[in-house]
Amino acid sequence: MSDKEFIKIKNVSKKFDDVVAVDDVNIDIAKGEFFSLLGPSGCGKTTLLRILAGFEYPSFGKVLIDNIDVTDITPNLRPTNMVFQNYAIFPHINVKRNIEFGLRKEKLSREELNQRVNDALKMVQLEGYEDRFSNQLSGGQRQRIALARALVKQPKVLLLDEPLGALDKKLREEMQLELRKLQRSVGITFIFVTHDQEEAMTMSDRVAVMNKGQILQISPPKDLYNNPKNLFVGDFIGQINFLESEVKSVDQQNVKVSIKNLGDYTLTYIDNINQGESIVCAIRPETIQITKNNDQIKSDISVKGKISNTSFYGNMTYVYVEIEGIKKPLMISTSDPLEGLTYNSDCFININLKDIRLIKKN
Amino acid sequence: MIISLKKIYAKNENIKAYLLLFPALMLVILAMASPMLLTFLTSFHTQVSMMEIDTTLTIDRYKDFFNKPVYTTLLGRSLKISFFVTLVTLITTYPLAYYIAFYVKKNKMLWIVLMTLPFWTSYLLRVFSWKVILGHKGVVNSALMAVGMIEEPLGFLIYSQTAVVLTLAHAWAAFAILPLYVSLDKIDKSLLEASYDLGNSKFQTFWRVTFPLSLPGVIGAILIIFIPTVGDYVTPQLVGGTDGRMLSNMIQALFGRANNFPLGAASAVIMLLSVSSVALIVTYITRKVSLRMS
Repeated sequence: MSDKEFIKIKNVSKKFDDVVAVDDVNIDIAKGEFFSLLGPSGCGKTTLLRILAGFEYPSFGKVLIDNIDVTDITPNLRPTNMVFQNYAIFPHINVKRNIEFGLRKEKLSREELNQRVNDALKMVQLEGYEDRFSNQLSGGQRQRIALARALVKQPKVLLLDEPLGALDKKLREEMQLELRKLQRSVGITFIFVTHDQEEAMTMSDRVAVMNKGQILQISPPKDLYNNPKNLFVGDFIGQINFLESEVKSVDQQNVKVSIKNLGDYTLTYIDNINQGESIVCAIRPETIQITKNNDQIKSDISVKGKISNTSFYGNMTYVYVEIEGIKKPLMISTSDPLEGLTYNSDCFININLKDIRLIKKN
Repeated sequence: MIISLKKIYAKNENIKAYLLLFPALMLVILAMASPMLLTFLTSFHTQVSMMEIDTTLTIDRYKDFFNKPVYTTLLGRSLKISFFVTLVTLITTYPLAYYIAFYVKKNKMLWIVLMTLPFWTSYLLRVFSWKVILGHKGVVNSALMAVGMIEEPLGFLIYSQTAVVLTLAHAWAAFAILPLYVSLDKIDKSLLEASYDLGNSKFQTFWRVTFPLSLPGVIGAILIIFIPTVGDYVTPQLVGGTDGRMLSNMIQALFGRANNFPLGAASAVIMLLSVSSVALIVTYITRKVSLRMS
């Protein structure tokens, strides 16, 4: 076994009555990796995490951690620990005893126990909070205590179930950075479940996008953004424009594509496409440039359009441009101040072929 | 005038609270506080003859109580029987409440209602039906004799302390289930998963998380059962026999045939104080022990 297959999820499926929550999932996760499961609610990501923790047993398939088949092992005997969505801090005991809670089996002396608790509190920067109770802590502090309580057990894998969901935006962003820093310093494999694509992108080494129980794509964040393998992933991660197209001809390296209302272009080959197939050209809004006239910059495609809407976000502006014959207005993001480009004014949009990704329809 | 009253009413939260409390408060004062005060006063008087009571204040009735062993024995027995009633009720109802709280997914309320169904019949009827079950020629004895397990009826079943404990435990079970169920149902299930995840078995999780968190319900159930059963006199009268007589039966007699109101009042006050202190001690100890366990 290599460290690349530290956790092996093999053909795992889970059915609840007739509903398939997890559908034939295969994932290998490396030792020390920060791995995220990303998807909309109800996509099966939490069920998969609970299968890893041992709270659910797969209807089919196997889970291996560090080369040991843990499929039928109960949660209390697994080398995994979990940070729960609501943190699940025991309300009847103080912070210190919460952190010690999982250490009773290890038969440590009082001094060793105190040392471990101190180190754990130091790690999450909550020294001096030993005697507090759950109801005396803020959401962010509870979350740190939950982290400390799980990490003090020194698990092989830490499972995190949307732990930042309940925090406000500022604190969440802070915790994202902190969590990543912490993960690097302890070197424990983190498996992080979230529905927030930004969260997954900023923290993870790799992200698995899930929908309807299936894994759609497993890639590092940059790849996921730049080369989405299907429509769902492209749409779920960031903003994107889809243009209906048709494959005209295919050869070894190139594909000739006719983009509806924009003309024929030659693009780089992708696997498994056939002549005559209808296909989608995906373009990120920030790769499109908007100009007043069509001779201001050089680009592969330049089309006239009309601005149907703009929305200002401080560091950038989203501009929606209607183009004749295309149903949905194109979305363009720009950091330029758009002088003379206001609602209902004519403009030109410029696209370079290198920014277009071909995505097969399912 | 009316306008200013309205203003005062709207502005002052305290007045609102008192007005809302007023009917209940009057009832408590008239029906509870004043009779208790009278009882307390009477306990310092002396019964001179059938109809005559000397109202000079004296603590002789309390001395009487502690000088005659029959009173202290009956007090001890009352506390003992109530202790076992509480214990039996808790042991039998806790698993039921636990089951409804954690394993019943749909129609929990229906389950609760069904549990309390037997208690819709009168208390006396239920005590009498226990007589039928436990009697010398009752259900249990006849059944055991029919299958040849015993030759003669079991004597300790009826007219004994066992009979009183069984009957009272059954009578009060419904009152124990509700506080237990409420406290168990409130427990966040993820806490149990967290404990399981942190290396505790299901059994350890129960003792370290579930039970301590259900303590408010347990204490509630203990108080709800213990306090009224100490004073119960109908059940011991009907199924207790001589061996199962409790202090309350004696108090009843003192206010009745024995005709010694002051001594009866003193006994009642002593019983009230014992029950209160036992309740306080139980609450305190349960809290301490449960914290140590987790």
